[in-house]
Amino acid sequence: MPETIRFTLNGRPATLETDADRSLLWALRTDLALTGTKYGCGEGVCGSCTVIVDGRIVRACQASLGFVQGKTVTTIEGLARGGRLHPVQEAFVEHGGYQCGYCTPGMIMSAYGLLLENPTPSRDEILEGMEPNLCRCGAHTRILRAIETAARRMGGRND
Amino acid sequence: MTDATQMDRREFVRLVGGGIVVVVTLPLDMILDPRVPQRGQRGYPTDINAYLHIAEDGTITLYSGKIEMGQGIMTSLTQMAAEELGVTLEMVHIVMGDTASCPWDMGTFGSLTTRMFGPAVRAAAAQARLVLIDLAAKHFSVPRESLTVQGGVIIVRGDRTRRVTYGELAQGKQITHTVDERAVLRAVKEFTAIGESPTRLDGRDKVTGAAQYAGDLQLAGMLYARILRPPAHGARLIRVDTSAAQALAGVTVVNQDGLVAVLAADPETAAAGLKLVDADFDVPAPSVDAESIFAHLVEAAPAPATPDAAGDLALGRRMSAKTFDVTYYNGYVAHAPIEPHTAVAEVMNGKATVWSSTQAPFSQQTTIARAIGFRPDDVRVITPYVGGGFGGKVPGQQAVEAAQLAKITGKPVQVMWTRAEEFFYDTFRPAAVVKVVSGIDAAGRLTLWDYQVYGAGSRGSDVFYDVPNRSVRVYGEWRGGPDGYHPFAVGAWRAPAANTNRFAAEQQMDLMAAAARMDPLQFRLKNTTDRRMRAVLEAVAKACAWTPRAAPAGSGRGRGIACGIDAETYVALAAEVTVDRSTGAVTVDRVVCAQDMGLVVNPDGARMQMEGCIAMGLGYVFTEEVRFEGGKVLDANFDTYQLPRFSWVPRIETVFVQNDALPPKGGGEPAIINMGAVIANAVFDATGAQIRRLPMTRERVLEALRTV
Repeated sequence: MPETIRFTLNGRPATLETDADRSLLWALRTDLALTGTKYGCGEGVCGSCTVIVDGRIVRACQASLGFVQGKTVTTIEGLARGGRLHPVQEAFVEHGGYQCGYCTPGMIMSAYGLLLENPTPSRDEILEGMEPNLCRCGAHTRILRAIETAARRMGGRND
Repeated sequence: MTDATQMDRREFVRLVGGGIVVVVTLPLDMILDPRVPQRGQRGYPTDINAYLHIAEDGTITLYSGKIEMGQGIMTSLTQMAAEELGVTLEMVHIVMGDTASCPWDMGTFGSLTTRMFGPAVRAAAAQARLVLIDLAAKHFSVPRESLTVQGGVIIVRGDRTRRVTYGELAQGKQITHTVDERAVLRAVKEFTAIGESPTRLDGRDKVTGAAQYAGDLQLAGMLYARILRPPAHGARLIRVDTSAAQALAGVTVVNQDGLVAVLAADPETAAAGLKLVDADFDVPAPSVDAESIFAHLVEAAPAPATPDAAGDLALGRRMSAKTFDVTYYNGYVAHAPIEPHTAVAEVMNGKATVWSSTQAPFSQQTTIARAIGFRPDDVRVITPYVGGGFGGKVPGQQAVEAAQLAKITGKPVQVMWTRAEEFFYDTFRPAAVVKVVSGIDAAGRLTLWDYQVYGAGSRGSDVFYDVPNRSVRVYGEWRGGPDGYHPFAVGAWRAPAANTNRFAAEQQMDLMAAAARMDPLQFRLKNTTDRRMRAVLEAVAKACAWTPRAAPAGSGRGRGIACGIDAETYVALAAEVTVDRSTGAVTVDRVVCAQDMGLVVNPDGARMQMEGCIAMGLGYVFTEEVRFEGGKVLDANFDTYQLPRFSWVPRIETVFVQNDALPPKGGGEPAIINMGAVIANAVFDATGAQIRRLPMTRERVLEALRTV
């Protein structure tokens, strides 16, 4: 049954007239043309579709549109402000925290979400937070270094 | 070239407009590695190997049939062109993997880009510089020698007011220049771009979500397809009823020539429609599974190839003070790129355009054309960023499916395989059996090497140790074997065959070293005179502060070493592990990699590949093994098929053995080939137990520990 779904998407209001059971992932990618959020497994076990909903890490493939009704959603496209990269993005570029780049939006959004919850994570906390995300190219050590660098630069601020 | 798909040079010049076009003719033997099989492939074009275009506005464009799947060649190829042209990186644009504008290329695999395509790029760029200098010499009426190049500007020496840019020189020109000799390349000491590690050119796109992959393309009216799949390889569709799916609003159902698909404006509706398709398959009874496969691979083996044989094996046995007879095993391994196989196809006015996640756009062009009954030049394949390949994105089934469905429906169609389809249709790294009989004399010198590999293939089986009596027999290559040899498709997997062959050969070396009560490094050095191999072994030993002693220490902590040659690169790995004897858990604490890859074009990029090989390799070492019953693949997602995770990745150190006199060699694959052996050797040192089967799951480690 189509219904009206309203939420805040990357700082702007978004409205969809569609079935609330549909997944956030495919609505983002098809209806809203935000293709930075990637399909990797469809079962919430790879992390490449990670977005932030009301400040929490969410796998978009496991979230329905009904779930985001009235909430605030941030995707990879909403991270840079006015053309300026977010410190997490900047650190990923600087450390080469990616290769093929396909898991990268999910990695960055997971790191961003991790720092929202814990702005001064220890190495072990970063490791634990990133553990569910899969990278096939093997950029792991550089991703960890990038997150550490970003956390340091953000100096406890988490926006 | 008479091949219809070979773009005519004049047509190319017309397409790009005015300016200067440089094409390269290089002798075929420079471009082709004779070890790369050419069967079923058309040859590298003998007339055009690389295009470089300098437009009238000064834009420099490099056209390459290679593709970017994470290995960083977008950056390193640009560096090579910029170096020879004498311009900054920002001045060079690169177009990759577009069959309509790029020179034919066999595919991006085999760590061939830098060593085979690189020379063509450098030659084209060097020749372009010469052409531009000639134009400038005419422009200023001065001899060539009085000119110098700085950042794309040609200046008369001693008079900085007399300067002209490449763009100005290209204005009003329509020059096609062919390089038919090896242009004078810049010397290593002159380099300003090669040997540097600039920020990767794909960085910003990839961290902002702007990087476009095949599945990110959105065309007006595009339909997303979900396709009916058999439950097992070898299954036959005997009945299908699509009426319930057809009744669903907003879907298009296709049932034609065995292709049954449901299409809709979003993939979830298509998937819902596919669920309503009622189908019966005739599934053959499974004949092999993940355990019985090994006996089958030996029994059903084709006749062997013998790439190496010398001396006399019987004599080798007589010369041996000790002989060692060991069999090694590994299961099927998936490529599992995080981006599944994806393609978007549009068929209009008798022409097809297909955006495909592929390592081989030109071979897909031919495959698609054949499948939809088009001439190859009526099919254009465009390759956006590819989300990982590792050898798995060569065949192009998904692109064929998208093109067929686009032709049938008359609408643009996206086919993105689900993760389950990705596991089902993957061309796995083949399961394999390796039987090694080797021998040493009383002084610890190799006397015998009788090596037989079933299923895996030959790469990495070359004997670089000095052993007078040897034989290498290879039963079946990694492309497959006789019909029914493997229950599903197999194919190239990052350094095909080499992972299996080094796992066996380098463990065998440690077994012999231990029996001779020799340090594993000293044992290797004693048995090889190959200077490049000795250099990487010594470099890795120095980097990890290796102290000579015989294995095993048996303390629960251990170190291992392993070496090999891949893509003409020499590589040695050392690893340190901790083994929990009660659980069988192995923790990798540290891996050090030393590599002689000739001239290093982009050191940080090369390190990324080495680190990536090590991290990715942990998967096939510890967990990755496809479970199956006959043609039925039991793994459908990452919940049961475990890829390496952050917590598994050790401290990684990478070292280059400098060898600038040697042209650049392969970098994408070498460091992964020793991962099995280096960890197994470290576990052996830690516990005295040899792990002869990959992956070394906890159960298998525990089982091996019980034998000590």
